[in-house]
Amino acid sequence: MIERTSSPLSLDGRQRLGAGALLALASCTFSACVTINIYFPAAAAEKAADKIIDEVWQIQGKPSGDKQPGDSANPQTGK
Amino acid sequence: MNRRRIDLFVLSFFMGLLAWFPAYAQQADLEINTPAVAAIKSAMQARHTTLEAHYASGAIGLTRDGFVAVRDANTVPLSQRQGVNAEVGAENNDRRKLYQEIARANNHPEWAEQVQSTFAQRWIQKAQAGWWYQDASGAWKKK
Repeated sequence: MIERTSSPLSLDGRQRLGAGALLALASCTFSACVTINIYFPAAAAEKAADKIIDEVWQIQGKPSGDKQPGDSANPQTGK
Repeated sequence: MNRRRIDLFVLSFFMGLLAWFPAYAQQADLEINTPAVAAIKSAMQARHTTLEAHYASGAIGLTRDGFVAVRDANTVPLSQRQGVNAEVGAENNDRRKLYQEIARANNHPEWAEQVQSTFAQRWIQKAQAGWWYQDASGAWKKK
């Protein structure tokens, strides 16, 4: 006499539930990462400042990064 | 079963990554295209036509904290001094509003100070030769 402890079907259901929980947990973990990711974007701020200053002071054509040749944050420096 | 669980974990990991990516990509640029920023910018642009001569003469200079200040009022004719003071005041008002508005537009009003110090460096960096600015110790220097 062979008795099954559980059918493959019910095992599948439990697995699915576990997977769902796992997925929810992973999503929560990552969205939490986004929420607490509030460091100041210094490079972006510099880029924004350059753009505004160029407009206010009407600086035209001249690449803004000319005094910082290694400034990779400014795509205009590429020749 | 164990293997399947691992597969599912990997899948959820990448789904999480997918949800996280746009938020990350958004940080590549700071939002500066708001009506308020545009209004402040055009006011400052118009004012610059008068301020420019005063930068060049050394009457006003760029402060280390991202504002402008009267440095040497003697270079300005007496009749114009009050006007220069008013322009400097208006300029600083706009600059303060600009820093706050950029921080606010990016949903982080507490960034205003860091935006300000970023601008402080960039104004000086982009100043024309002959203009005056304050160094880190607050002393006036000619560029």
